[in-house]
Amino acid sequence: MQKNIIISGVGGQGILTMAAIIDLAAMNLGLHVKQAEVHGMSQRGGAVESHLRISSEEIYSDLIPQGKADVILSLEPMEALRYLPFLSPEGVIITAKEPYKNIPNYPDETELLKTIEKTTAHVLVEAALLARQAGSPKTYNIVMLGAAAPYLDIAPTELEQAITHYFFPKGEAVVNMNLQAFRLGLSNNPN
Amino acid sequence: MDNRDKQLLLGAEAVAQAALDAGISGVYAYPGTPSTEITEYIHQSPQAKEAGVRSTWSANEKTAYEAALGMSYAGKRSMVCMKHVGLNVAADAFMNSAITGVHGGLVVVAADDPSMHSSQNEQDSRVYGKFAMIPVMEPSNQQEAYDMVRSAFDLSEEMQLPVLLRIPTRLSHSRSVIRRSEMRPQNPLNPVTDKMGWVLLPAIARKNYQRLIDKQPQLVALSDASVFNTERPGEGDKAVIAFGIAYNYVMEVITTYRLNIPVLKISQYPLPEKKVRQFAERYDLILIAEEGYPVYEEWLKGYFGNDKFRGRLDGALPRTGELSPNALAKALGVETATPRDIPEIVAGRPPMLCDGCGHRDLFEAINRALEIYPHRHVFGDIGCYTLGALPPYNTISTCVDMGAAITMAKGAADAGMRPAVAVIGDSTFTHSGITGLLDAVNDGSPVTFIISDNSTTAMTGGQDSAGTGKYVDICKGIGVNEAHIRTIIPLKKNLEQNIAVLREEFDYEGVSVVISQRECVQTGVKHKKKKAQQQD
Repeated sequence: MQKNIIISGVGGQGILTMAAIIDLAAMNLGLHVKQAEVHGMSQRGGAVESHLRISSEEIYSDLIPQGKADVILSLEPMEALRYLPFLSPEGVIITAKEPYKNIPNYPDETELLKTIEKTTAHVLVEAALLARQAGSPKTYNIVMLGAAAPYLDIAPTELEQAITHYFFPKGEAVVNMNLQAFRLGLSNNPN
Repeated sequence: MDNRDKQLLLGAEAVAQAALDAGISGVYAYPGTPSTEITEYIHQSPQAKEAGVRSTWSANEKTAYEAALGMSYAGKRSMVCMKHVGLNVAADAFMNSAITGVHGGLVVVAADDPSMHSSQNEQDSRVYGKFAMIPVMEPSNQQEAYDMVRSAFDLSEEMQLPVLLRIPTRLSHSRSVIRRSEMRPQNPLNPVTDKMGWVLLPAIARKNYQRLIDKQPQLVALSDASVFNTERPGEGDKAVIAFGIAYNYVMEVITTYRLNIPVLKISQYPLPEKKVRQFAERYDLILIAEEGYPVYEEWLKGYFGNDKFRGRLDGALPRTGELSPNALAKALGVETATPRDIPEIVAGRPPMLCDGCGHRDLFEAINRALEIYPHRHVFGDIGCYTLGALPPYNTISTCVDMGAAITMAKGAADAGMRPAVAVIGDSTFTHSGITGLLDAVNDGSPVTFIISDNSTTAMTGGQDSAGTGKYVDICKGIGVNEAHIRTIIPLKKNLEQNIAVLREEFDYEGVSVVISQRECVQTGVKHKKKKAQQQD
């Protein structure tokens, strides 16, 4: 198997946490993992992305070739579209519906969602709402991880184990809240 | 697959872990993307703490390099890390350490930034390696980076030379599963005995330089025998010589499209002469894939241009920027589907200063203060505050190299510019601004230096800044008139008062320093969290 995933959003939204959890689950399954991140200047409120590749075979390039991403997993609708050149013809966009507006010329939200809908297979998630239901707006990224789970070729139970491991140092309450967020995201899935 | 001995590490972290396992006694560095995580990893490592490996930040790359060389003189292994442009700062020490040679193993890590993700240029550190005539290692992936660090220390001690390890952003900031090797102990304290060999008086330097030249054939032979320089067989009359991480992009294309092209992978320099000659003779057309400058393409092509070698110089690969699987696919003649376009509705989202950042209030004050003057030039420097060049502030007029704000403002003042204003961050000031300030004081230059002091090295993630709490004393000590060392707090409520202070100093015909002091909002949040945890 091979899965190429682009995780996108705005610096500070929690992309690296999502990536770390998927990495961990993949490593525990004995898969090869490569995950390129953005550090430095672009992290300051700019557009950021992570190229995440998991495979049963050796992975060479740290970057996903254009047209070869199976999934764009985005924390923000406009950022989902920014990486479209990487998405394969059969690829799917999984994105939070809530815009992150820190620029004056942010496009019209309705138009944005329409563009996604007519572009490719997609899953739109009310991530902020589900995060609040899970107990904290901070679990927004984990809700999105749950929504993406059916598309990652990793069993949800493996991802839950990785979430437990990742948040373990922060205590049981935080672990349970994030597991709840993951499950809400997962059950939100239309498929 | 058993995962017990495996770790998921960034390339930078793999280098750090490898150095610890290879028995270093110290790491020296100034933060700089994409090299910062190496030293941070060691700084936070329980293994390093237990082994007493020193790892605090240095004031700049030159002081870091010299300290690492001193540790090597004492017989212990040391590593010094920097971003590519940091090697410019350390170049004096670097070049001359090839002439002194080393005692304990010394590995220099230069993290290059092709495509300039977070840098002013994309200079290729391999050129420095050639310049200094020392071995260079360039890993193609994270595991190789780990393995190479150990080999680099061995090679350094065997050849008594520093070894340069070059890693690009993409390798440094990408995670992969690493398999570790055994830990080995540090070297005992064992200072150099041939002391005169380290005194680079001309007569000795000439002898040492000859010794360095005499080592070259052995370095080439070691490259020819290196396990990191390998050939992957294939068929046909076309072939690829792939250097460092370029090998990954070549292999991505070869495996995806099931090509059978022979590849010579090179990851240790000087160039393995025998291997390259034998390989090149066998094929009619050879693609040279290098991440960075076409250093060896130029060399292999020769002055009169051997057309059999193709690459960045003739457009087979893009002349600038980071390589990619798609660039390599095209160069290898593979037709790939046209990628989808980015829809027009997508707006740019450039990096920006954080909400509540003190630089914001400072820029507003500077802009307002300059309204009554005939021009609005502000010499800038390197850090988050370089973003003040962009809207909405458009305050900063220059960004060249660390410390340049100070000395460029002085030069402009010498030329008659009034007011001559510079903005420099606290960490950049201690990195390379202090000597320039001394120049200005000695000349009595009419300049206003604004130190935007957020008490941290913010852009690289909030590392400790060398001069925190010492700026007034530093400026006084250098000879700035105490009446013209002013401190302001960049907050909205202080705006009018800050404008007044700035104008007073702009009008002063001498050196003045305005310290604009407010903690970085990012480290502020971290400190608050830490405090709350301690109280729990």
